[in-house]
Amino acid sequence: MSRTPLPYNPKILELFRNPKNLGKMEDATVTAVAGNPSCGDMIIFYLKIDSKDVIEKASFESYGCAANIATSSIVTEMIKGMKLEDAWKISWKSVVEAVGGLPSVKFHCGILAVGALKRAIRTYYKNKGVSPDWLMKEPTFEEKQAVEEEELAKILSKRMKAEEEK
Amino acid sequence: MIENVKELLKAHEGLKHEVYLDIENSSIVPKEVVDAMLPYFNQHAYGNPTLTHKPGWEAFETIMESSQKIATSLGCKTLEEVNFTPGETEANNLALIGTAFSMKDKGKKIVISEIEPLSVLHVADLLNKHGFTIVKIPVDGEGFINLEKLRDAVDKETILVSVSTVNHEIGTIEPVKEALEIVKDKNCEMIFHTDASDAYGKIPFNTRDLDVDLATVSSYKILGPRGIGALYVKEGVSINRILEGQIGTQKLWPGVENTPSIVGFAKACELAFHNFEENVNHMRRLRDKLIDGVIGKMSDVRLNGPEGNKRAPDNVNISFLRCEGEALTIELSLNGVYVSSGSACTRRLLQPSHVLVAIGRKFVEAHGSILMKVTRYHTEEDIDYVLEVIPKAVKRIRGIVGSMEMK
Repeated sequence: MSRTPLPYNPKILELFRNPKNLGKMEDATVTAVAGNPSCGDMIIFYLKIDSKDVIEKASFESYGCAANIATSSIVTEMIKGMKLEDAWKISWKSVVEAVGGLPSVKFHCGILAVGALKRAIRTYYKNKGVSPDWLMKEPTFEEKQAVEEEELAKILSKRMKAEEEK
Repeated sequence: MIENVKELLKAHEGLKHEVYLDIENSSIVPKEVVDAMLPYFNQHAYGNPTLTHKPGWEAFETIMESSQKIATSLGCKTLEEVNFTPGETEANNLALIGTAFSMKDKGKKIVISEIEPLSVLHVADLLNKHGFTIVKIPVDGEGFINLEKLRDAVDKETILVSVSTVNHEIGTIEPVKEALEIVKDKNCEMIFHTDASDAYGKIPFNTRDLDVDLATVSSYKILGPRGIGALYVKEGVSINRILEGQIGTQKLWPGVENTPSIVGFAKACELAFHNFEENVNHMRRLRDKLIDGVIGKMSDVRLNGPEGNKRAPDNVNISFLRCEGEALTIELSLNGVYVSSGSACTRRLLQPSHVLVAIGRKFVEAHGSILMKVTRYHTEEDIDYVLEVIPKAVKRIRGIVGSMEMK
């Protein structure tokens, strides 16, 4: 195990201290969870989407580090008022840029936030029973990474159970 | 990067109270220790202790006198039993690798506990890559080593057993004396090492009562300067050097002796053992105040490690559920309370402390763990302040988790 210095920038510190759009949304159209508490990294997005497929409002809750909180919060800011088609184009790199950069060990926070967003968009269309042409069938990089992290958590908890039984 | 740090530091301006409790990872050096060190940089004994001039002889005299203080505190028979190293990490490396080098023809098996510090655990893993067999003995839910499994593991092939006297993270006072008897009973030729860094100055630890072959002690863990520690090597026990170069007064560690740091270490030792009982009682009182102020007062919290006299007098380790450790350490820092969390961020996930996993803590419990150590310099007011800040900080971080189901 090693430790890395984490000189968070002022934007991250500000979003950590005063997160924007924090909290459960009772009238959300769709919600999506990504990550796993065993990995120390889990977020939930709540989106309210109008009849024209525009994100009316977005909020989040998060179990994770300052980078996790800041990236989740910034994503809810970025997508407010956006058409789902445009929100789908947001990449983890643009999220990292929006928070003014992240230490490389924290890139996965930005990736997870975008993974959760894409999951929410996919769920929305699945529930609606439509499939726009821009919505690619194949999972995106961020979605794959989120799944990988969740799989890793399962492997870790299985390994722990095996240890206990030993 | 540097601008970010400056901004982070600016965010801490105007703190009305600050309490540093991260003694596990570095310490504040008291003024008495710094004052004792200062003349040795440029006024006195700045020479090399093996050379034939006045500043050299002064350095030799100073190092001998400092060794004597450490030797007395450890109950050594001779001064040569104290071997200065640049710290706990280096002393543990020297103990394990030095023994492996010197004993490799007698056997290839090394036995350690699974909650040893990384400077034992990772070195054992390294030796494993070079042909040594490593056996890690499990511990119970409070961190006590399983003595039956230790007895079973040790055989004629075993060259080294390493078990810490006090666990660095959860403060468990290990039954080292029993472990030593079990081990020597089965094979009296093997080397027994204990990392005593968290015992030294905190609980009675004396090589006359505990007949170990090797023992590590650290300067900063008794509030001396960083960059210095020592390996006790019992008279008649021979281990190899792991570094080569100019050998001076320290037969197991080449290079020019760090006289100011050695003086600081000796001064810290003097202060720790002067009024030892009083110091320890003070730490224990503050430890219990801190533990009692959290456990039972807050919901979803767990004490990691044993209670009462089975626990080191300075150690507090508490898991806050539904609360991620790094976020909590930052929130506490912004309020002037400096602590560390048991988990460390890696590229993909948060790596939980191996000690907490070994005592059966779930990952989410380990991720919300906070390690704090009190010293004789902390006051009741410091602990009152910490107990005022912690609930607020935990409440805010838990507020971000909100309604999420943690499954």
